[in-house]
Amino acid sequence: MALIAVKDLYLPKRLEHVSLQLDDGELLGLIGPNGSGKSSLLNVLGNVINAEGELTMQGEPIHALTDLERARQIGLLPQEAAVFWSLLVEDVVALGRLPWRDNDSAMINEAIDKAGIRQLLGRSVDRLSGGERARVWLARLLAGAPRVLLVDEPVASLDIHHQLSVMDVLKQHAIPGQGVIVALHDLALAARFCDRLCLLHEGKVVAIGETAEVLTEDILFRTYGIKVEVDLERSPPLVMPA
Amino acid sequence: MANALTPILLFGLVLTGWLSLGLGSVPVSVTAGLLDWLQGIQSREAMIVAEVRLPRTLLAVAVGASLGLSGAALQGLLRNPLADPSLVGASQGAALGAAAVFYFGLFAAAGSLSVALGGLLGAMLALLLMLGLAGTGTPSLMIMAGLAIATVTSALLAVVLNFAPNPYAMQELVFWLLGSVAERGLDSLYILLPSLLIGGSLVWLQRNLLAGLSLGDKVAQSMGLNVIAGSRLTVLGAAILVGAAVSVAGNIGFVGLLIPHLIRPLVSHRPDRLLVPSALAGGMLVCVADMLVRLLPPGQELKLGVLTSLLGAPLFVWLVFKERRKWL
Repeated sequence: MALIAVKDLYLPKRLEHVSLQLDDGELLGLIGPNGSGKSSLLNVLGNVINAEGELTMQGEPIHALTDLERARQIGLLPQEAAVFWSLLVEDVVALGRLPWRDNDSAMINEAIDKAGIRQLLGRSVDRLSGGERARVWLARLLAGAPRVLLVDEPVASLDIHHQLSVMDVLKQHAIPGQGVIVALHDLALAARFCDRLCLLHEGKVVAIGETAEVLTEDILFRTYGIKVEVDLERSPPLVMPA
Repeated sequence: MANALTPILLFGLVLTGWLSLGLGSVPVSVTAGLLDWLQGIQSREAMIVAEVRLPRTLLAVAVGASLGLSGAALQGLLRNPLADPSLVGASQGAALGAAAVFYFGLFAAAGSLSVALGGLLGAMLALLLMLGLAGTGTPSLMIMAGLAIATVTSALLAVVLNFAPNPYAMQELVFWLLGSVAERGLDSLYILLPSLLIGGSLVWLQRNLLAGLSLGDKVAQSMGLNVIAGSRLTVLGAAILVGAAVSVAGNIGFVGLLIPHLIRPLVSHRPDRLLVPSALAGGMLVCVADMLVRLLPPGQELKLGVLTSLLGAPLFVWLVFKERRKWL
């Protein structure tokens, strides 16, 4: 059964009747040009903005859940993640327990280990590098132990080493009973890590399915307007502008 | 450190309060005075300690606590260390309400409470106008609306001063605006304490929102926190706190801005953990400032609000330098 299913989602000027589903244990990649509606879709799923349409979680309408119940099931890491005070790393991670209104240290420690940030404890987040910070945001998200992670452009400003480590953490969350939707600009990373891809363009789903079905030179040319070289047989897969 | 902070501040506050009861031109035993008063004995000590110094001390503590707490709440809500209680327009509304009482002699039936009553009504009116103007807007829109209302009320206050019926009325009004907790009487506590309780509870109940907002509006919303309703309740709570404090004691500057600033590093910058310590430290600061006012040589009294500004301004300059070093 689908973990999350979206049918006919409509948000004026941003989402034009989008339908898709996240399968159990899946890492679903959301790709598409700037302004294609990736962030809007994640924000709707993450309960930040409301849109018309049908939203179900494991077959049940999501609106039957209270905001707090929903937050315990679905966690969102927005693109412009930031911290406004000089908080300590462990305090930021602990904020991930807010949907549960507790301070479960076992869950917090588990999240710290999953994100590999134990060596950063005791430091203030505004003294960290971009790559370190990205993993602290991830730990905050994991501390709430949501079944579904919604992650918007987590690797946009990271070096290649940190890109891979962040994607690894997301991949590890995509196990039975859980799932991840991640918005990505790097198509090669998407091809390498995601189980399925959903290509958005101007608020519409252009293609959805296995990597090979979505990342074709023809579809990419029609969406991005440039020629893209695709070699999915290669390991790791190669997708780059020709 | 963070865990020990609240008990330490609480102890400091009680100690300051005790010293304040013992301080004055006539040396008396605080213990004897309080015991006599509690037993209903009309001794000289009881009169001085319980009827003169106790109201003044409690007022100073409650005013400081209200200002410190509202500052901490507003800075957390707006995620801006420069947010100040006067930003929501409540201080200016209270000042205008009180000025109207001086000018038109309103609420004469309320006797000594008339000024405080006028101030509280003014603060409430300013708040309602601000919330009406901001609509269901974001916190930053609320601040803009608050500033707009503050500007209008300040202008109206200037008009009131301009057309004061006589120099004495103007002098009385200006002195009141400078801020003081002297000669207010226990009656003022009937306005201040319930406001501290109601406003404080409103703010305290939103502490999770303040914590969540430190990760941004979107994350807070996605974590199941009601950002819009919670923000309005926080502003409402802060306005009640500030409105009551200003209506009773006039303008006591810098406490709401400075106290959260000083406490923040001691609570690892957590906006939710900042609330109670800021209230305690605010109470302590205003109580100490009031003791200094009483220690100064008699004659022309230095007003409490003037003193807190005089003390607060250099401290603020020091904070700027400290912040600057971080960027060098």
